[in-house]
Order: sequence, then structure tokens, then C-alpha cells
Amino acid sequence: MRQIDPDFLALPLRRLADAALNRARELGAEYAAFRVERVRAETLRLFDARLEGSIDADDLGFAVRVVKNGTWGFAAGIALTPEAAVAVAEQAVQVAEVSAPINREPVELAPEPVYADVTWVSAYDVDPFDVPLREKVELLGEWSGGLLGQVDHVSASLMQVKEQKFYADSAGTVTTQQRVRVHPQLTAMKGDGERFDDMRTLAPPVGRGYEYLTGTGWDFPAELATLPALLAEKLAAPSVESGKYDLVVDPSNLWLTIHESIGHATELDRALGYEAAYAGTSFATFDQLGELTYGSKIMNVTGDRTAEHGLATVGWDDEGVRAQSFDIVTDGTLTGYQLDRRMALLKGFGRSNGCAFADSPGHPPIQRMANVSLRPAEGGPSTDELIAGVENGIYVLGDKSWSIDMQRYNFQFTGQRFYRISGGKLAGQLRDVAYQATTTDFWRSMDAVGGPQTYVLGGAFNCGKGQPGQVAPVSHGCPAARFRNVRILNTVQEGGK
Amino acid sequence: MTPQETVERALALPGADDRVVIVDEGSSANLRFAGNTLTTNGVARSARLTVISISGAGVGVVSRSAVRPDQLADVVAAADQAARDAQPSEDARPLVEGFVQADWEVPAEPTSIEVFSAFAPALGEAFATAEASGRKLYGFAEHLVNSVFVGTSGGLRRRYDQPTGRLELNAKSPDMTRSAWAGVATKDFTDVDVAALDGTLARRLDWAKRRVDLPAGRYETILPPGAVSDLMIYLYWSAGARDAADGRTVFAKPGGGTRVGDQLSSTPIQLFSDPRHPGVECVNFAVAHTSGREQSVFDNGLPLDHTNWISDGTLANLIQTRHSAELTGLNTTPQIDNLIMESATGSGTLEDMIANTERGLLLTCLWYIREVDPQSLLLTGLTRDGVYLVEHGEVVGEVNNFRFNESPVDLLGRLTQVGTSEQTLPREWNDYFTRAIMPPIRVPDFNMSTVSQAN
Repeated sequence: MRQIDPDFLALPLRRLADAALNRARELGAEYAAFRVERVRAETLRLFDARLEGSIDADDLGFAVRVVKNGTWGFAAGIALTPEAAVAVAEQAVQVAEVSAPINREPVELAPEPVYADVTWVSAYDVDPFDVPLREKVELLGEWSGGLLGQVDHVSASLMQVKEQKFYADSAGTVTTQQRVRVHPQLTAMKGDGERFDDMRTLAPPVGRGYEYLTGTGWDFPAELATLPALLAEKLAAPSVESGKYDLVVDPSNLWLTIHESIGHATELDRALGYEAAYAGTSFATFDQLGELTYGSKIMNVTGDRTAEHGLATVGWDDEGVRAQSFDIVTDGTLTGYQLDRRMALLKGFGRSNGCAFADSPGHPPIQRMANVSLRPAEGGPSTDELIAGVENGIYVLGDKSWSIDMQRYNFQFTGQRFYRISGGKLAGQLRDVAYQATTTDFWRSMDAVGGPQTYVLGGAFNCGKGQPGQVAPVSHGCPAARFRNVRILNTVQEGGK
Repeated sequence: MTPQETVERALALPGADDRVVIVDEGSSANLRFAGNTLTTNGVARSARLTVISISGAGVGVVSRSAVRPDQLADVVAAADQAARDAQPSEDARPLVEGFVQADWEVPAEPTSIEVFSAFAPALGEAFATAEASGRKLYGFAEHLVNSVFVGTSGGLRRRYDQPTGRLELNAKSPDMTRSAWAGVATKDFTDVDVAALDGTLARRLDWAKRRVDLPAGRYETILPPGAVSDLMIYLYWSAGARDAADGRTVFAKPGGGTRVGDQLSSTPIQLFSDPRHPGVECVNFAVAHTSGREQSVFDNGLPLDHTNWISDGTLANLIQTRHSAELTGLNTTPQIDNLIMESATGSGTLEDMIANTERGLLLTCLWYIREVDPQSLLLTGLTRDGVYLVEHGEVVGEVNNFRFNESPVDLLGRLTQVGTSEQTLPREWNDYFTRAIMPPIRVPDFNMSTVSQAN
């Protein structure tokens, strides 16, 4: 297992924590937490095999969050000195005091065992920040160059993040963690004089290191070799006829539908209205826990922060809660929510399931999404077997456009590739396809779940939530699955053409 | 070390042929609330140094936060090394000619939680009023001050101090079935009348007491300035010249080139940006931390001025760097952080437009807007926090929400009325874009694709 970088450990982490936590206690805080965080991110972008831009950036700072007289107070600073830590602790208490007159709900947190001094590092082999920029540019350039000539343009990008966190709270928990994630993407573009279209790689972002680009976890050369012909077929494909179709949805598309229609809908802060003015609420209201028929009987969904290579995977969350795995939908029924410590106590769960996360040292932790995943069927069908069960339908691969309403009822998704299914077999690509449904209608229409051989961990770096806005990385594992009688739109007709 | 000292020291170190140094100093304060009570809050500071080194035509960019004086040389050396390792940049140009802005040495003034000293008590009073009247208030108030300092080895020294404030106020009935929203952009919260906003929301919740269910379809629709801003901002963000020239967007001309010069609307619409426009002033020179499709690090410091994007209904300019302007043979028109839409023939308030409506829908705002097709700029999204039915010049009730599928470019060609423009807060995009002046518009056939059950 890799170790936490010595230069992060060399920061005066414990000295700052002691200074901040002691000052917060002196000022009467009932609870205080201190966090030092460094997020290093490098992004490079190529267009037609030439480097267009790159930036190697970090965000280093610290934060103090307190509860004083039942009110949150949060402050963040950048100078890593004991004097600054004390001053920021004082600011956090001041913020709590200024805010107290408009707070009518005293803050209390669910209990959690103390973890005195624990360390966790995510599963990766090669730190992407140890790989020279030139080597990365050459690899993406080589991949792009292999496509040029067969397509008109190629864009390529690589995002790499290393996140290091030190957390200490007034109960005595001290955690130090480091995790790495990468997201390579290539998009091929081509026009035929009348139409212009593109096709992106399906390779998901992962909690791995640079080894992901060199053969571990994905075969990029093999996928890239297929793109020109697939794009040419898409350009020449017939436009879909709108109507109701059976769908077989590949994990490369279904992860996003899970994210939007299950992941966000089962965040308890949303369900209770705390996000009502911004991200929205949820149709899956708390009174329906244990009652709501979310989907068909074969639907089983878990939340976890423990899956290897998962983007939301950690050792401990940003409130010092140990990472866990928990049920969200069981045999089609809503059985759980994602929680932080405040929400857990508020609704009598006893303990948080570890979903607090802050995306930077300048932001407070809020309840964020675990890796929310659809369980495959043991001994379940292959994708071909799922397709074989469709007389007139569409097979969907890859995510593209997505949108869902503020209570997570009505959604609309497009994809990278759509294939007509006729008589249980694929019958060529279709264009201009979007599927539109209501969440519970969609999941109740699921009549088959693929086996473990179809399971893929998809995800995104940039799930947005909260005000001020925060982004979180999250993975969603799922098998291929089949849905009956789903509304398909023709996007050209939707545009009034 | 002050931001100005950081810039000078970074530029003075030996190494690269040229350098651009950017220091961003930020401060923020926020209050968030739900159900007539505070939920979260905070204050934060940030300081970021970005060193852009140029070696030949190679560029290296390293950006670090909270840099101490003893770390400065390492950051610069890392950028220099990255520049030496880099391929030649195709956007390489001479740096912008240097001059020193008169107020360069003035210290940056941060914000603090005190910016809410009058607003917070007023919000507390609004909570009490709402609670007594059976309303729940939700929302967010934020104040930011970002100061950017740009220096180059060519002698340019420019800075800009940008205050940004926003308040979103959302009122709901206790059963959460009725919802209304209002938002304002502000520089310092001294001009925010939270009681008046709450009064407006109370009126709208009253409108919603009569519920009318309507099916999906095309409806005559009045879009208020905020909803118009969310559509026009997306159009603006999609107006990159390079992507258009490559054939990738709605502004690509079939067969090659761009659609600059094409008439998009028979209404004399003006869509423009101007960093000095009263009420929405913003940074008046180009700032680019890295190069991309629509920005170039070589353009740092380039003066920004009034730029027409659409003039009298005709596409006038696209977002350009000096490099892309050469490629496309068009004007150098970089992106500017505000957007104004007007019509030479536009007049009348939203209330006037309601009064002149025989039967139609009145929207509050649009939400979860995403691109479906870049070739037509077809966007999808939801109506939110109040769709009202207008009959015989009056609001007669609230309608269910809808999912829409519409292209803002197509809408410009179909709109039948443009009202008087006013400053507004975009609902969907205000995390990134708050400076907008927009009119209400009337569209005869807005495509409500399906009904959303969301309240």
C-alpha cells in the first residue's frame, strides 16, 4: 500500500489542530473540528494532437467548524501558522454568534467512536504527479494522432487529482488520508457536409493512478480503434422514430441515471428540505422509508464509501465517521438514506453512515453522495441475453446530456450510441435519441438485471451540490439492465424541425 | 507579502524568456437558510499565485495557493521547467503591451461577515413574518470580493477588484406544494430589501392557491428577465469562434466558416457585453490562467470594451482570442463577465406583458438546463417555482411544472415581444455568472415537452 506523501505530513498539522481546537474550547464551543486539506489538480487538453492548454494547480488551506450554543460556525484560512489557526477558530465562533439569532434548530451530532490516530490511502500504483507532463502529452497525442485522418478532429483531456486531508475534532478523532483519481477522455468529431457529430470514449473516471492509462483497468488502444467506424456509422444512421420502446441500458449510460434518479433522491438532507431552494428536494420523502416501491423486485441498491477504486471511497468521512456500506433500495423498496452526523441524529438513525464531504479547505462538509450502485443478479444474463429478450427496442451506451427535475421525478438522458434492437438482435445505430421518464415508472419497468460479468463502475468528478457550490467525485457501479416501454424522443423534432 | 510584491518578485526571478504572473485574492461570507432558520454559514479567504512561463513558444503554467515567500522560487522554477518541456503553443503571440495601472499599489479590501450586519437582522424579521403567515423561507446569501493582479515581463501591471453579491429567496407553503422564488444581484447588500422580496413571494404563493393542470404542448409563454438570462448566458457560452469555425456548434456555417453576419431574429435585438455598463461593471481586461478554445494566456491584460454579440438581430461577433481571430478573419473579441440584452423597439414591464396576454403561461425560472444538441443548441430543462396561467390579462392560477426542449437561438427568431430590460439574477447559472441585464420576452409557442410532477 502506498504511503501519504511526506511533504503533507511535514506540515504542522497537529500543532495547528491543537491551537485551533483549544481556542474553540476556550470560547465555549460545544464541538469543534479542524481540517487541513491540499487538493492538487492537473488538467491538460489537446486538440488535434496538439497541446492546447495545461494547468497544474493546488488548493491548500485549513478550516475550523464549531457548534456554539447550538449554531454552526465555519471559517477557513490559508496561513499554516498556530496564530492563524487561533484567529480562524475565533472567526468560526464569531460566525456562530452572529448567526445564532436566526437559528431556530439547535445543531446536535450523532455519536461516533473516537479514532485516535488513523491513516488511509486509496488503491493506486502510480502517482500521476510523478509522471512528467511531457510523457502524458505524448501519450494523449499518440492516441489522438491515431484517429486523425479517419475523423476530422480529436479532442483529448486528462484530469488528475490528489486529495490529502488531515482531520482532528474535539472528541479526539484524528485522521490523515490521501487519495488519487484520474479521468482521461477522447472525443472524435466528423462531419459529412450536412451533419456534424462526435463520439467520446466510454472509459469512466476512476480512483486509480496513472496505471489506468497504461493498461490497468481499461484498454484504451482497443477502445480508440473502434471509434472512427462507430462515428461514421452514427453519422449515416437513420433518425429515431419517437415513441415507446424497450431499452437495454449499458452501465456506461445507466450509472448517470442511477446518480440522478437514486443517488440524489436518497440524500436525507434533500428529502428533509435542506436543499429545497437550490438542488431541490426529493419525491422519496422520509415518511415513505420502508414503504415506497422505488422499482421492481429485482432492484437492489447500496450506498458505500468502501468500493476499491470508487471515487467516493474514503477511510473516514469529513466528520470523522468510518466508511461504511449500507442498503438504499432492497427488493424494490426504499430502505435507506445517505446521512451525515446531524441528519442521522435528527431522524433517529443512531449513527451516520459516513457521507459528509467538503470539496476544499474553504468549504464546510455537507452530506454528499456515497458510491450508490445497482447490484447485479447472481448468475444473471449477459448483455446479449438481455438484448435477445427485446422484440422492438433500443440499446443505449455512454452518457451525454442529462437533466432531472428538482424532486427527481422527471428525467431526460441522451447517450453516445444508440442501437436499434429488432427481433432480439442489434440492427444498426440510430441518431437523435433521448429517453424521458418518471423515476419510479422507469425503475418499476426494469424486468431484468445483468449478471456480474456486465458490471462496470462508472462515475464523475464533478457532482454539484450545496451553496456555496461544491463538487464531489462519485462512482456508481451497475450491470446492464432492461426496461420496458420507455418514452423515446426524437431530439430534432423536439427542436421544432 | 502583498499581491503586488508577489507579482514583482516572481517576475524578477531569472529563467524563462517571458512570464505572466497572476495573483487572485479572494474573500467570502455566506449565510444559508431553510425552513425559516439558518442552516450553514461561513467566511473564507483564498490567495492563489499562477505563474505562466514562456520559453520560445512553449508555455508552462503552475498555480499554487497560500504561497509563502520562501516557496515562490520553487513555483516559478516549476513553471519555467514546464515551459521548456512544452511543445510550441499555436496561440503564441507577443505579450500585451505594458503599462502600469494608476491604482496598482492600492491594497485589496476583503469582505467579512459584517457585510450582513443590516441584512441578517432583516432576514430574521422576514423569518418571523413568514412563520406567522404560514410560509417557509429557504435561500442563500453570499458576498465575495475577488481582487486579481496581473503582471507581465513586458511591464504590464493591471488589477481589478470585483465585489459580487447574490441573494436567493425561496418561499414555500408548509406542505411544500407551492413554491415561489426571487433573486437579486448586489454589490454590498445595502440595497437588498428582503421584506419587499418576501412580500412579492407571498403574493405569488397566493396566486398558486388555485391549481390548474395542463398537459405538455406548445404554449404562448412570457419569460421573465431571469429566465431569459439563463437561456442567453448559455447561448453566449456556446459562442466560441473556434468551435464554430470547426463546425461543432449552432454558429457554424454549413459547408464551412461561421454564421457571423447571419440574421438570427427579425426583432432588433442587441446582445452585448460591456465591462463598464452601469450596475454590472466587471473586469475590463482579459485574464487567462490557461489557454483553451476561448482564451489565451498570451492575451492577459488585453483591454476589454463594449462588444456586440448580436446587433439588430444579426450575429455580430463570436468569442475570440487574438489567435482565433486570425484563424477566422474576424474581430478579436474576448469573453467579458457580463451580458446585456435589449431591443430598440422593446418596452413595457413584466406586469404590462401580463396585462396584454389573452391566454398564456408566465414562468418564474428555468432549472437544470443541459445541452441536448450542440448543432441546434437545443437545450432541455425544467420550469421551477411557479408557472402561472394568465387569462384576460390576469394571473388566474398556478400550472404544473414542465420539462422544456428549446433552442435559445431558435427562440430569438420566434419571439413576438421584448419588454424593458432590467438587472436580474440568473437562477441556473448564478454560481458562475451574476451580472446580467435582460428583458422579459414573449414566445408564442414555447415547447413544454412533458409534465413534471415536481412542485
